[in-house]
Amino acid sequence: MFKTEYLVALQTITNKEVKRFLRIWVQTLLPSVITTTLYFLIFGTLIGSRIGQMNGYDYMDFIVPGLILMAVISNAYSNVVSSFYSAKFQHNIEEMLVAPMPGWIILMGYISGGVLRGLIVGVLVTVVSLFFTDLQIAHPVMMVVVFLLTGVLFSAAGFINAAYAKSFDDISIVPTFVLTPLIYLGGVFYSIDLLPAFWQNVSLLNPVLYMIDVFRFSVLGASDIPLQYGFTVIVIFITVLLGISLRLLSKGIGIRN
Amino acid sequence: MNALEINQLCKRYDNGFLAVKGIDLVVRQGDFFALLGANGAGKSTTIGIVASLVNKTSGSVKVYGHDLDTDPEGVKRCIGLVPQEFNFNQFENVFDIVVSQAGYYGIPRKKALERAEICLKQLELWDKRNEASRELSGGMKRRLMIARALVHEPKLLILDEPTAGVDIEIRRSMWQFFKKINAAGTTIILTTHYLEEAESLCKHIAIINKGNVIEDMDMKGLLEKADEEVFVLSLERPVGQIPAITGSRIEAVDETTWEVSVRKESGIHALFDELSRLGVRVTGIRNESNRLEQLFIKLLAKKEAADV
Repeated sequence: MFKTEYLVALQTITNKEVKRFLRIWVQTLLPSVITTTLYFLIFGTLIGSRIGQMNGYDYMDFIVPGLILMAVISNAYSNVVSSFYSAKFQHNIEEMLVAPMPGWIILMGYISGGVLRGLIVGVLVTVVSLFFTDLQIAHPVMMVVVFLLTGVLFSAAGFINAAYAKSFDDISIVPTFVLTPLIYLGGVFYSIDLLPAFWQNVSLLNPVLYMIDVFRFSVLGASDIPLQYGFTVIVIFITVLLGISLRLLSKGIGIRN
Repeated sequence: MNALEINQLCKRYDNGFLAVKGIDLVVRQGDFFALLGANGAGKSTTIGIVASLVNKTSGSVKVYGHDLDTDPEGVKRCIGLVPQEFNFNQFENVFDIVVSQAGYYGIPRKKALERAEICLKQLELWDKRNEASRELSGGMKRRLMIARALVHEPKLLILDEPTAGVDIEIRRSMWQFFKKINAAGTTIILTTHYLEEAESLCKHIAIINKGNVIEDMDMKGLLEKADEEVFVLSLERPVGQIPAITGSRIEAVDETTWEVSVRKESGIHALFDELSRLGVRVTGIRNESNRLEQLFIKLLAKKEAADV
């Protein structure tokens, strides 16, 4: 049953999260905008003009969707992992644990914060991309849906990382050694058609590939992989990660003694 | 209805350490209850379980009739917790910390703002409302945690060493505040290392030692168990030989200072009558320590001896 008190608690956590990343916008919103601008400038304009076309699109147009989604993924993830871990580190997570709200409200609050940061950065990067290319969005509604689903998925992943983390090192290991390789090998800069058959099959094990592919479809109207596969993978991952997060909260693993 | 009922509560940590060994406790509604024990005795673990910060291994906890296993939200709604360690976001300002806590309890924002203002004014922190919590002094941080714990108007307030590191003036003003809210109907459970604090505030006392409750009775009854009191006497001039006085035991601290243990049945009058008869003039007197402290040490020593 969804009580009014739960809604108030959810709003409180979400507002707090939004206030936090807006207060430190130079650390949270700006870096992705600058990094992506550099990608557009170097890979899109300078090198891209020599590469020519990729899957029938100008190279600049081809990399824009992947770079936007990369910003959404890394911001949704890092917002939740850093905010939830610092709540654990400073023990102010206890403020929520003593309050009469179920674990899923805490999870929804943190995920909302992650999704909103991902969304804001995604929009900012999209606006920046308009300075480099005449982008026509083929399926705007699908684009927003993929924005949101990807945000939820990586916010949940960030939550799990933070729950298990015992030090600040632990919250940087996964983004550096797992997330970044998955994103870079997920077809942001190339079509998997360029890879030999073996590496194409290996790439299909990378969940980020499906997300970028679906997102590229929503922007350009064409993709490497059938859409239904992409959405199925996203929904499966969201279900699994939310399930793990809720279990961690209900058992108090990494959260309670 | 009892404010708190703990039955056969056990906690074994992942490393195998058994912190709480099947304790039973009852705190009556409206009580001011002291939970005492040495460091590591199991007080904070017990409080952590009641406040849902620590998972129990076995046993049951009921707060105002709500069972922790079947109605944890009902339990949480009744409790306000002031923990031992500062546990607020150091980067948030004072007002936001208290307003957010009200929000976590489902209190709508308009009401949360009103209640936060009342609590911060009660705790004399209203002037500091826009300051980052890390800028506050130690005493102010303690008061901030009390304001935060009271914002949802709990029936049971749990104070885990609320005056640790606070100077005596602020400590006494906090005592007055606790007495006031207890008189207004809030049940209070207090853990403290200042036994003077427990003696002056609490009506009921339980002592935990190594995860077991070794004493649980009303304060008056417990203090009656204290059979002697220690006084420090300042003498007008040095006395050559320490006299032997029935019912008292005298030890010289220096030439003009004596530490005198007086048995309760002998009374302090008998001591002074005898000193007066011997021509010993006393210019000052003070308690060496409070009665509860002596009793506490004695009870723990007795328990240690029994364990050996």
